[in-house]
Amino acid sequence: MTEIPKEEFILKCTSACAGCPSTLILRYVLKAAGSDTVLVVPACCTSVIQGIYPNTAVNVPLYNVAFAAAAACASGMSEAFQKAGKKTNVIVYAGDGGTVDIGIQALSGAFERETDFLYICYDNEAYGNTGMQRSGSTPIGARTTTTPGGKVHAKKDLDAIVAAHNPSYLATACAAYPQDLFKKVQKALTLRGSKFIHVLAPCPPGWRFSSEMTVEMGKLAVRSGLWILYESEFGKVTINGPSKAAMIKPVPIEDYLSVQGRFKGIDRKAIDALKSQAEQRAKHLQKEAEGIC
Amino acid sequence: MSTRPAISRPIKGASGKTGSWRVFKPVVDKERCNACGICAMFCPDAAISEDLVVDLDFCKGCGICAHECPKKAISMEREEK
Ligand SMILES: Cc1ncc(C[n+]2csc(CCOP(=O)(O)OP(=O)(O)O)c2C)c(N)n1
Ligand code: SF4
Ligand code: SF4
Ligand code: SF4
Ligand SMILES: [Mg+2]
Repeated sequence: MTEIPKEEFILKCTSACAGCPSTLILRYVLKAAGSDTVLVVPACCTSVIQGIYPNTAVNVPLYNVAFAAAAACASGMSEAFQKAGKKTNVIVYAGDGGTVDIGIQALSGAFERETDFLYICYDNEAYGNTGMQRSGSTPIGARTTTTPGGKVHAKKDLDAIVAAHNPSYLATACAAYPQDLFKKVQKALTLRGSKFIHVLAPCPPGWRFSSEMTVEMGKLAVRSGLWILYESEFGKVTINGPSKAAMIKPVPIEDYLSVQGRFKGIDRKAIDALKSQAEQRAKHLQKEAEGIC
Repeated sequence: MSTRPAISRPIKGASGKTGSWRVFKPVVDKERCNACGICAMFCPDAAISEDLVVDLDFCKGCGICAHECPKKAISMEREEK
Protein backbone atom coordinates (compact mmCIF):
# COMPACT_ATOMS: atom_id res chain seq x y z
CA MET A 1 0.00 0.00 0.00
CA THR A 2 1.22 3.53 -0.76
CA GLU A 3 2.53 5.36 2.27
CA ILE A 4 0.23 8.36 2.68
CA PRO A 5 1.58 11.15 4.90
CA LYS A 6 -0.25 11.55 8.20
CA GLU A 7 -0.08 15.34 8.05
CA GLU A 8 -3.42 17.05 7.41
CA PHE A 9 -3.63 20.35 5.53
CA ILE A 10 -7.35 20.78 6.17
CA LEU A 11 -7.74 21.82 9.78
CA LYS A 12 -10.79 20.49 11.58
CA CYS A 13 -13.18 21.29 10.19
CA THR A 14 -14.58 22.84 7.03
CA SER A 15 -18.09 24.25 6.79
CA ALA A 16 -18.96 21.71 4.08
CA CYS A 17 -22.06 19.53 4.29
CA ALA A 18 -21.73 16.25 6.19
CA GLY A 19 -20.32 13.62 3.84
CA CYS A 20 -18.83 16.20 1.42
CA PRO A 21 -16.78 14.61 -1.38
CA SER A 22 -14.99 17.85 -2.27
CA THR A 23 -13.48 18.00 1.22
CA LEU A 24 -12.42 14.35 1.09
CA ILE A 25 -10.79 14.85 -2.32
CA LEU A 26 -8.98 18.03 -1.29
CA ARG A 27 -7.67 16.27 1.83
CA TYR A 28 -5.79 13.77 -0.35
CA VAL A 29 -4.78 16.30 -3.00
CA LEU A 30 -2.97 18.28 -0.31
CA LYS A 31 -1.43 15.20 1.32
CA ALA A 32 0.09 14.41 -2.09
CA ALA A 33 1.14 17.98 -2.88
CA GLY A 34 2.54 18.93 0.53
CA SER A 35 3.10 22.32 2.08
CA ASP A 36 4.96 23.98 -0.82
CA THR A 37 1.73 24.43 -2.73
CA VAL A 38 -0.58 27.24 -3.74
CA LEU A 39 -4.21 26.50 -4.53
CA VAL A 40 -6.23 28.60 -6.94
CA VAL A 41 -9.98 28.25 -6.37
CA PRO A 42 -12.68 29.83 -8.55
CA ALA A 43 -16.21 30.36 -7.16
CA CYS A 44 -17.55 26.96 -6.08
CA CYS A 45 -18.40 25.04 -2.90
CA THR A 46 -14.69 25.05 -2.05
CA SER A 47 -14.69 28.88 -1.85
CA VAL A 48 -17.24 28.63 0.92
CA ILE A 49 -16.21 25.55 2.87
CA GLN A 50 -12.89 27.14 3.89
CA GLY A 51 -14.64 28.63 6.90
CA ILE A 52 -15.59 32.02 8.17
CA TYR A 53 -13.46 35.11 7.46
CA PRO A 54 -10.92 36.00 8.90
CA ASN A 55 -10.28 32.30 9.56
CA THR A 56 -9.72 29.41 7.16
CA ALA A 57 -9.51 25.64 7.54
CA VAL A 58 -7.05 25.33 4.65
CA ASN A 59 -3.45 25.34 5.81
CA VAL A 60 -1.73 26.16 2.51
CA PRO A 61 -1.88 29.48 0.65
CA LEU A 62 -5.12 29.61 -1.33
CA TYR A 63 -6.17 32.28 -3.79
CA ASN A 64 -9.93 32.72 -4.26
CA VAL A 65 -10.43 34.02 -7.75
CA ALA A 66 -13.24 35.01 -10.13
CA PHE A 67 -15.22 32.19 -11.72
CA ALA A 68 -13.79 32.34 -15.25
CA ALA A 69 -10.22 33.14 -14.27
CA ALA A 70 -8.69 30.18 -12.40
CA ALA A 71 -6.41 28.79 -15.10
CA ALA A 72 -5.35 32.29 -16.23
CA CYS A 73 -4.49 33.24 -12.66
CA ALA A 74 -2.56 29.99 -12.21
CA SER A 75 -0.63 30.71 -15.43
CA GLY A 76 0.66 33.98 -14.03
CA MET A 77 1.48 32.39 -10.71
CA SER A 78 3.35 29.50 -12.29
CA GLU A 79 5.36 31.91 -14.44
CA ALA A 80 6.20 34.08 -11.44
CA PHE A 81 7.38 31.10 -9.36
CA GLN A 82 9.53 29.91 -12.24
CA LYS A 83 11.14 33.35 -12.64
CA ALA A 84 11.80 33.43 -8.89
CA GLY A 85 13.46 30.00 -9.14
CA LYS A 86 10.85 28.35 -6.92
CA LYS A 87 9.40 24.89 -7.36
CA THR A 88 6.08 25.64 -5.59
CA ASN A 89 3.17 23.51 -6.89
CA VAL A 90 0.42 25.57 -8.50
CA ILE A 91 -2.87 23.68 -8.36
CA VAL A 92 -6.26 24.85 -9.57
CA TYR A 93 -9.05 23.21 -7.58
CA ALA A 94 -12.30 23.94 -9.39
CA GLY A 95 -15.85 22.65 -9.64
CA ASP A 96 -17.41 21.28 -12.81
CA GLY A 97 -19.35 24.47 -13.56
CA GLY A 98 -16.15 26.49 -13.22
CA THR A 99 -14.39 24.05 -15.54
CA VAL A 100 -16.62 22.66 -18.28
CA ASP A 101 -18.67 25.84 -18.70
CA ILE A 102 -17.39 29.07 -17.23
CA GLY A 103 -13.62 28.49 -16.98
CA ILE A 104 -13.11 26.54 -20.18
CA GLN A 105 -11.49 29.29 -22.26
CA ALA A 106 -8.91 30.09 -19.56
CA LEU A 107 -8.28 26.34 -19.16
CA SER A 108 -7.79 25.95 -22.91
CA GLY A 109 -5.43 28.93 -23.05
CA ALA A 110 -3.28 27.68 -20.19
CA PHE A 111 -3.01 24.18 -21.68
CA GLU A 112 -2.17 25.60 -25.10
CA ARG A 113 0.66 27.60 -23.50
CA GLU A 114 1.82 24.42 -21.69
CA THR A 115 1.64 26.27 -18.39
CA ASP A 116 3.43 24.26 -15.72
CA PHE A 117 0.54 23.53 -13.34
CA LEU A 118 -2.02 20.95 -12.25
CA TYR A 119 -5.70 21.56 -12.91
CA ILE A 120 -8.08 19.48 -10.80
CA CYS A 121 -11.79 19.49 -11.52
CA TYR A 122 -13.92 17.93 -8.79
CA ASP A 123 -17.11 17.00 -10.54
CA ASN A 124 -20.33 16.93 -8.53
CA GLU A 125 -22.18 17.22 -11.82
CA ALA A 126 -24.00 20.52 -11.10
CA TYR A 127 -23.61 24.05 -9.75
CA GLY A 128 -23.61 22.93 -6.11
CA ASN A 129 -22.81 26.11 -4.27
CA THR A 130 -25.79 28.01 -5.68
CA GLY A 131 -28.33 25.23 -5.18
CA MET A 132 -27.70 22.53 -7.78
CA GLN A 133 -28.47 24.03 -11.15
CA ARG A 134 -27.55 21.88 -14.14
CA SER A 135 -24.08 22.30 -15.61
CA GLY A 136 -22.56 21.01 -18.84
CA SER A 137 -21.30 18.15 -16.69
CA THR A 138 -24.72 17.02 -15.43
CA PRO A 139 -25.53 13.61 -16.92
CA ILE A 140 -28.57 13.01 -19.08
CA GLY A 141 -31.69 12.14 -17.07
CA ALA A 142 -30.53 13.80 -13.83
CA ARG A 143 -32.94 16.13 -12.06
CA THR A 144 -31.48 19.43 -10.92
CA THR A 145 -33.24 22.60 -9.81
CA THR A 146 -33.16 23.82 -13.43
CA THR A 147 -33.94 20.44 -14.99
CA PRO A 148 -36.83 19.30 -12.79
CA GLY A 149 -37.96 16.75 -15.37
CA GLY A 150 -34.44 15.33 -15.87
CA LYS A 151 -31.67 16.77 -18.05
CA VAL A 152 -32.25 16.34 -21.78
CA HIS A 153 -28.66 16.74 -22.96
CA ALA A 154 -25.67 14.48 -22.43
CA LYS A 155 -22.73 15.18 -20.12
CA LYS A 156 -20.04 17.17 -21.90
CA ASP A 157 -16.92 15.11 -22.63
CA LEU A 158 -14.46 17.29 -20.70
CA ASP A 159 -11.64 14.75 -20.86
CA ALA A 160 -11.75 14.67 -24.66
CA ILE A 161 -11.58 18.48 -24.75
CA VAL A 162 -8.55 18.51 -22.45
CA ALA A 163 -6.94 15.57 -24.29
CA ALA A 164 -7.12 17.60 -27.52
CA HIS A 165 -4.51 19.91 -25.97
CA ASN A 166 -2.03 17.01 -25.64
CA PRO A 167 -1.31 17.59 -21.94
CA SER A 168 1.64 15.84 -20.33
CA TYR A 169 -0.73 14.06 -17.92
CA LEU A 170 -4.47 13.48 -17.83
CA ALA A 171 -6.27 11.22 -15.38
CA THR A 172 -9.63 10.53 -13.85
CA ALA A 173 -10.11 9.72 -10.17
CA CYS A 174 -12.95 9.36 -7.71
CA ALA A 175 -13.59 10.38 -4.11
CA ALA A 176 -14.14 6.71 -3.21
CA TYR A 177 -10.55 5.78 -4.17
CA PRO A 178 -8.32 8.16 -2.16
CA GLN A 179 -5.15 6.08 -2.58
CA ASP A 180 -5.52 6.08 -6.36
CA LEU A 181 -6.16 9.85 -6.26
CA PHE A 182 -3.12 10.41 -4.03
CA LYS A 183 -0.83 8.50 -6.42
CA LYS A 184 -2.16 10.39 -9.44
CA VAL A 185 -1.65 13.80 -7.85
CA GLN A 186 1.88 12.81 -6.83
CA LYS A 187 2.70 11.58 -10.31
CA ALA A 188 1.21 14.66 -11.99
CA LEU A 189 3.33 16.94 -9.85
CA THR A 190 6.56 15.20 -10.92
CA LEU A 191 5.86 16.02 -14.58
CA ARG A 192 6.42 19.36 -16.29
CA GLY A 193 3.77 21.18 -18.31
CA SER A 194 -0.01 21.15 -17.99
CA LYS A 195 -1.57 18.32 -16.00
CA PHE A 196 -5.24 17.55 -15.52
CA ILE A 197 -7.15 15.32 -13.09
CA HIS A 198 -10.94 14.94 -13.28
CA VAL A 199 -12.35 13.63 -10.01
CA LEU A 200 -15.90 12.35 -9.58
CA ALA A 201 -17.44 13.85 -6.43
CA PRO A 202 -20.70 12.18 -5.35
CA CYS A 203 -22.52 14.96 -3.49
CA PRO A 204 -25.20 13.93 -0.94
CA PRO A 205 -27.53 16.97 -1.13
CA GLY A 206 -27.01 17.48 -4.86
CA TRP A 207 -27.50 13.89 -5.92
CA ARG A 208 -30.08 13.32 -3.21
CA PHE A 209 -28.69 10.42 -1.23
CA SER A 210 -27.95 10.21 2.47
CA SER A 211 -24.55 11.37 3.69
CA GLU A 212 -23.08 7.98 4.70
CA MET A 213 -23.32 6.83 1.05
CA THR A 214 -20.73 9.20 -0.50
CA VAL A 215 -17.99 6.57 -0.81
CA GLU A 216 -20.42 3.79 -1.73
CA MET A 217 -21.82 5.99 -4.52
CA GLY A 218 -18.34 6.58 -5.93
CA LYS A 219 -17.65 2.84 -5.91
CA LEU A 220 -20.95 2.16 -7.69
CA ALA A 221 -20.12 4.76 -10.35
CA VAL A 222 -16.86 2.95 -11.07
CA ARG A 223 -18.20 -0.60 -10.76
CA SER A 224 -21.09 0.15 -13.12
CA GLY A 225 -18.66 1.54 -15.70
CA LEU A 226 -20.31 4.98 -15.74
CA TRP A 227 -17.08 6.46 -14.36
CA ILE A 228 -13.85 4.97 -15.72
CA LEU A 229 -10.59 5.31 -13.80
CA TYR A 230 -7.68 5.76 -16.20
CA GLU A 231 -4.60 7.85 -16.75
CA SER A 232 -2.78 9.09 -19.81
CA GLU A 233 0.89 9.97 -19.53
CA PHE A 234 2.12 11.84 -22.62
CA GLY A 235 -0.78 10.23 -24.50
CA LYS A 236 -0.15 6.65 -23.30
CA VAL A 237 -3.40 5.40 -21.79
CA THR A 238 -3.62 2.96 -18.86
CA ILE A 239 -6.95 1.78 -17.46
CA ASN A 240 -6.69 1.40 -13.67
CA GLY A 241 -7.50 -1.78 -11.72
CA PRO A 242 -11.05 -1.10 -10.47
CA SER A 243 -12.22 -0.09 -13.95
CA LYS A 244 -10.50 -3.05 -15.62
CA ALA A 245 -12.50 -5.27 -13.26
CA ALA A 246 -15.69 -3.33 -14.05
CA MET A 247 -15.12 -3.82 -17.80
CA ILE A 248 -15.07 -7.59 -17.29
CA LYS A 249 -17.93 -7.82 -14.81
CA PRO A 250 -19.88 -4.55 -14.31
CA VAL A 251 -22.69 -4.08 -11.81
CA PRO A 252 -25.94 -2.98 -13.52
CA ILE A 253 -26.15 0.78 -14.12
CA GLU A 254 -29.57 0.65 -12.47
CA ASP A 255 -27.88 -0.22 -9.13
CA TYR A 256 -26.15 3.18 -9.31
CA LEU A 257 -29.14 5.17 -10.56
CA SER A 258 -31.81 3.75 -8.23
CA VAL A 259 -30.05 4.88 -5.04
CA GLN A 260 -30.01 8.55 -6.08
CA GLY A 261 -32.99 10.87 -5.79
CA ARG A 262 -31.83 12.89 -8.81
CA PHE A 263 -32.56 9.91 -11.10
CA LYS A 264 -36.01 9.22 -9.66
CA GLY A 265 -38.44 8.53 -12.50
CA ILE A 266 -35.69 8.48 -15.17
CA ASP A 267 -37.07 7.07 -18.42
CA ARG A 268 -35.79 4.11 -20.43
CA LYS A 269 -34.45 6.34 -23.20
CA ALA A 270 -32.18 8.26 -20.83
CA ILE A 271 -30.95 5.03 -19.17
CA ASP A 272 -30.14 3.58 -22.59
CA ALA A 273 -28.30 6.79 -23.53
CA LEU A 274 -26.23 6.57 -20.33
CA LYS A 275 -25.45 2.93 -21.03
CA SER A 276 -24.40 3.46 -24.62
CA GLN A 277 -22.24 6.47 -23.67
CA ALA A 278 -20.50 4.36 -21.02
CA GLU A 279 -19.96 1.47 -23.44
CA GLN A 280 -18.59 3.71 -26.17
CA ARG A 281 -16.25 5.37 -23.74
CA ALA A 282 -14.98 2.03 -22.44
CA LYS A 283 -14.41 0.74 -25.98
CA HIS A 284 -12.56 3.88 -26.99
CA LEU A 285 -10.31 3.79 -23.90
CA GLN A 286 -9.60 0.07 -24.33
CA LYS A 287 -8.50 0.73 -27.91
CA GLU A 288 -6.30 3.61 -26.78
CA ALA A 289 -4.79 1.47 -24.02
CA GLU A 290 -3.98 -1.21 -26.60
CA GLY A 291 -2.42 1.44 -28.82
CA ILE A 292 -4.94 0.92 -31.66
CA CYS A 293 -6.02 4.56 -31.98
CA MET B 1 -7.60 54.87 -3.01
CA SER B 2 -5.90 52.13 -1.10
CA THR B 3 -7.38 48.66 -0.83
CA ARG B 4 -6.34 45.86 1.44
CA PRO B 5 -6.63 42.25 0.35
CA ALA B 6 -8.93 40.15 2.54
CA ILE B 7 -6.65 37.50 3.99
CA SER B 8 -7.85 34.65 6.21
CA ARG B 9 -5.50 32.82 8.59
CA PRO B 10 -5.48 29.04 9.02
CA ILE B 11 -6.78 27.93 12.39
CA LYS B 12 -8.51 24.91 13.91
CA GLY B 13 -12.22 25.59 14.36
CA ALA B 14 -12.49 28.03 11.42
CA SER B 15 -16.06 26.85 10.91
CA GLY B 16 -17.00 26.50 14.57
CA LYS B 17 -17.75 23.22 16.30
CA THR B 18 -20.17 20.61 15.03
CA GLY B 19 -21.33 19.19 18.36
CA SER B 20 -24.19 21.68 18.66
CA TRP B 21 -25.98 20.55 15.50
CA ARG B 22 -24.84 16.96 14.90
CA VAL B 23 -27.78 14.52 15.00
CA PHE B 24 -25.99 11.14 15.10
CA LYS B 25 -22.54 10.35 16.48
CA PRO B 26 -20.27 7.42 15.67
CA VAL B 27 -19.58 5.02 18.55
CA VAL B 28 -16.75 2.50 18.06
CA ASP B 29 -17.03 -1.01 19.49
CA LYS B 30 -13.40 -1.69 20.43
CA GLU B 31 -14.08 -5.45 20.65
CA ARG B 32 -14.99 -5.65 16.99
CA CYS B 33 -12.46 -3.13 15.65
CA ASN B 34 -9.31 -4.57 14.05
CA ALA B 35 -7.61 -1.16 13.71
CA CYS B 36 -7.55 -1.30 9.89
CA GLY B 37 -7.91 2.50 9.64
CA ILE B 38 -10.45 2.50 6.81
CA CYS B 39 -12.83 4.73 8.80
CA ALA B 40 -10.11 7.35 9.30
CA MET B 41 -9.10 7.17 5.65
CA PHE B 42 -12.62 8.03 4.43
CA CYS B 43 -13.60 10.67 7.00
CA PRO B 44 -13.90 13.83 4.85
CA ASP B 45 -12.91 16.10 7.73
CA ALA B 46 -10.17 13.91 9.22
CA ALA B 47 -12.10 13.79 12.51
CA ILE B 48 -10.75 10.31 13.35
CA SER B 49 -7.23 10.31 14.79
CA GLU B 50 -4.36 7.94 14.08
CA ASP B 51 -5.23 5.96 17.21
CA LEU B 52 -8.84 5.84 16.00
CA VAL B 53 -10.46 8.26 18.42
CA VAL B 54 -13.34 10.32 16.99
CA ASP B 55 -13.05 14.05 17.66
CA LEU B 56 -16.64 14.87 18.55
CA ASP B 57 -15.91 18.61 18.49
CA PHE B 58 -15.57 18.37 14.72
CA CYS B 59 -17.29 15.15 13.61
CA LYS B 60 -20.34 15.99 11.46
CA GLY B 61 -22.04 12.66 11.98
CA CYS B 62 -22.13 11.88 8.27
CA GLY B 63 -21.90 8.13 8.93
CA ILE B 64 -19.34 7.34 6.21
CA CYS B 65 -17.00 5.74 8.79
CA ALA B 66 -19.79 3.42 10.01
CA HIS B 67 -20.89 2.55 6.49
CA GLU B 68 -17.37 1.75 5.27
CA CYS B 69 -16.15 -0.17 8.35
CA PRO B 70 -15.57 -3.75 7.18
CA LYS B 71 -16.10 -5.09 10.72
CA LYS B 72 -19.34 -3.19 11.35
CA ALA B 73 -17.64 -1.91 14.51
CA ILE B 74 -19.15 1.59 14.34
CA SER B 75 -22.76 2.39 15.12
CA MET B 76 -24.39 5.78 14.63
CA GLU B 77 -26.21 6.75 17.81
CA ARG B 78 -28.67 9.60 18.16
CA GLU B 79 -27.32 12.55 20.16
CA GLU B 80 -29.05 13.25 23.49
CA LYS B 81 -30.66 16.66 23.31
C1 LIG C 1 -19.40 35.16 -12.85
C2 LIG C 1 -20.16 34.49 -11.75
N1 LIG C 1 -21.36 33.91 -12.03
C3 LIG C 1 -22.03 33.27 -11.06
C4 LIG C 1 -21.54 33.17 -9.78
C5 LIG C 1 -22.33 32.45 -8.71
N2 LIG C 1 -21.76 31.15 -8.39
C6 LIG C 1 -20.89 30.98 -7.37
S1 LIG C 1 -20.43 29.39 -7.13
C7 LIG C 1 -21.46 28.87 -8.36
C8 LIG C 1 -21.59 27.40 -8.67
C9 LIG C 1 -20.30 26.71 -8.96
O1 LIG C 1 -20.52 25.44 -9.47
P1 LIG C 1 -19.32 24.45 -9.67
O2 LIG C 1 -18.22 25.11 -10.40
O3 LIG C 1 -19.84 23.20 -10.26
O4 LIG C 1 -18.79 24.17 -8.18
P2 LIG C 1 -19.63 23.54 -6.96
O5 LIG C 1 -20.36 24.69 -6.31
O6 LIG C 1 -20.55 22.52 -7.50
O7 LIG C 1 -18.59 22.99 -6.04
C10 LIG C 1 -22.12 29.95 -8.97
C11 LIG C 1 -23.08 29.84 -10.05
C12 LIG C 1 -20.29 33.79 -9.52
N3 LIG C 1 -19.71 33.73 -8.32
N4 LIG C 1 -19.63 34.44 -10.51
S1 SF4 D 1 -23.11 20.72 -1.91
FE1 SF4 D 1 -21.94 18.81 -2.19
S2 SF4 D 1 -19.89 19.44 -2.86
FE2 SF4 D 1 -20.91 21.27 -2.01
S3 SF4 D 1 -20.27 21.34 0.15
FE3 SF4 D 1 -22.21 20.19 0.09
S4 SF4 D 1 -21.61 18.03 -0.14
FE4 SF4 D 1 -19.80 19.29 -0.63
S1 SF4 E 1 -12.93 0.77 9.91
FE1 SF4 E 1 -13.86 -0.37 11.60
S2 SF4 E 1 -12.43 -2.04 11.99
FE2 SF4 E 1 -11.31 -0.53 10.77
S3 SF4 E 1 -10.34 0.81 12.27
FE3 SF4 E 1 -12.29 1.76 11.81
S4 SF4 E 1 -13.69 0.96 13.36
FE4 SF4 E 1 -11.89 -0.37 13.38
S1 SF4 F 1 -19.44 10.38 11.16
FE1 SF4 F 1 -18.46 11.33 9.35
S2 SF4 F 1 -17.44 13.15 10.21
FE2 SF4 F 1 -17.90 11.81 11.95
S3 SF4 F 1 -16.04 10.59 12.20
FE3 SF4 F 1 -17.43 9.39 10.90
S4 SF4 F 1 -16.80 9.90 8.83
FE4 SF4 F 1 -15.93 11.49 10.18
MG1 LIG G 1 -20.27 21.43 -9.27
